[in-house]
Amino acid sequence: MISAVYQLTAPRMIEVTYNELDISSGDVLVRPIYLAICKADQRYYQGTRSQAALKSKLPMALIHECVAQVVFDPKGEFNPGDRVIAIPNTPTKNDDIIAENYRPSSYFRSSGHNGFLQDYVLMPHDRLVKIQDDINPCVAAFTELVSVSMHILTRFDEIAHKRRKKIGVWGDGNLGFIMAVLLRYAYPDSQIYVFGTNPDKLSYFTFAQETYDVSDIPSDLSIDHAFECVGGTGAQSAINQIIDHINPEGTVALTGVSENFVAINTRMILEKGLRVYGSSRSGRVDFENSVIFYKKHPNVVKYFENLVGDIVNVRSITDIHKAFDLDVNRRIGKTIMKWEK
Amino acid sequence: MVFAVVLAGGMGSRMGNSDTPKQFLILGKSPIIIHTVEKFYVNSKFEKVIVLCPKQWVSHTENIIKKSIKDEKIVVLEGGNTRNDTLYNALNYIEQNHGIDDETIIVTHDAVRPFVTHRIIEENIEAAKKYGACDTVIPATDTIVESKDGETISSIPNRAELFQGQTPQSFKANKLKNLYESLTQDEKDKLTDACKIFSIKGEPVHLVQGEVFNMKITYPFDLRVAQTMIEGAITND
Repeated sequence: MISAVYQLTAPRMIEVTYNELDISSGDVLVRPIYLAICKADQRYYQGTRSQAALKSKLPMALIHECVAQVVFDPKGEFNPGDRVIAIPNTPTKNDDIIAENYRPSSYFRSSGHNGFLQDYVLMPHDRLVKIQDDINPCVAAFTELVSVSMHILTRFDEIAHKRRKKIGVWGDGNLGFIMAVLLRYAYPDSQIYVFGTNPDKLSYFTFAQETYDVSDIPSDLSIDHAFECVGGTGAQSAINQIIDHINPEGTVALTGVSENFVAINTRMILEKGLRVYGSSRSGRVDFENSVIFYKKHPNVVKYFENLVGDIVNVRSITDIHKAFDLDVNRRIGKTIMKWEK
Repeated sequence: MVFAVVLAGGMGSRMGNSDTPKQFLILGKSPIIIHTVEKFYVNSKFEKVIVLCPKQWVSHTENIIKKSIKDEKIVVLEGGNTRNDTLYNALNYIEQNHGIDDETIIVTHDAVRPFVTHRIIEENIEAAKKYGACDTVIPATDTIVESKDGETISSIPNRAELFQGQTPQSFKANKLKNLYESLTQDEKDKLTDACKIFSIKGEPVHLVQGEVFNMKITYPFDLRVAQTMIEGAITND
């Protein structure tokens, strides 16, 4: 079967090409229905990645956050019409120790492999997680981002000591918001503090114990554990601020992507005996846990609905450009494409 | 119930020196007709996918379909002398085997348009249910000129009001059958298009937005373009 694939061929240039899909392969044929734009997609689209990265990864269909509908499952494990979250990470080798999202052999959609901007996508059964129909599909669309936070949360729970009275989240963007919401519900007895630079963005964190402008943090404020969800050029000052305010033997989760090397105060990391750990992407179990979390805490979905920004009905390539242009000017929230192409 | 009717009536006379009907030519790894039939086969809304082809090609068509898809959801029937006779055969098959009522929808499609998309098929089903008939079209890009004698222009219609017809064309089966049976032989002889059955009887036909790439593989040039398209080359839409 021939399926149309909408690829970024150069910055701001999307063109259609065609894939032959083997429907007898045993995999599940799905149709994307709602897709969310991620900052990583936007960097490819705007051409702000390095020339070397653009040269090696394009042409490529963007988008790795998507909720899809099952069209055809030759094994009958899914029913036509089932709503599923499509997992962009695809492991190619098994490993009992290293998680699928850290294996160099795994590949990731919209990072060197075609993402979900396609008419149909053929996916292995284990790359799909069923989600109930009553979850807002615009929220379901960015479950991948939620699963990244869920993965961080799981690692935190494994790594951090049990004194979790005060938890700090640095970053007032989408990831910071999702991380803080998950912490709020996973650890209802903890006090969640959020640190950011934009008062208007911080005003969305109404569920937090307190929010602070990073230029005005009380000097005596201390936290037990911290999550850095800043990335970019702000990562350095955020990490060093965490090191200043964290209690001894606390944990620091680094989750924000930075294109630059970051200089951090290792002297105080040593002196306080901190545990600093990285976290990136997510695997199937994190998607499953996210869907379970939605079910267990319906309010979480309500909070995430606040992140839904523009919803663009996509019936043409021009509409895809429109969605990316709206998204690039968005300060917080997710741009959703309703896939009608 | 919704039925797909794939019209594979072509005898291949226009495909260069090849005697093989164009729907059987290989595009990528499979015959064109397989690519097309699969688009309907995977869609659970279709009760059956009915493929109609010339009598001498029925067994061949059955064989190549069986190689790719082993499922009784697909049936191969003999077509008629004209496109509309072929369609009528499909209607008769549906009536005899499943019955036809006001909810019966048929989505008819050229076997040689393998690039049809999910959206186009879904919108055809919805439009046929809602309006009774629909045609898939794209806005005309070339200026169309009319010439009554083939030598001079008699008129140049306003391009903004012109569209190029593609397929699928979809209908409420009951209505199509009744209208077809009400036509005189003279009217039937003049019909080149199923939607015309509706329009000459004053029945509205809704437009569904097609795609430029939902091309019909008619000439050797088209097959070359199609091959290039699926070999990773790129076209704007």
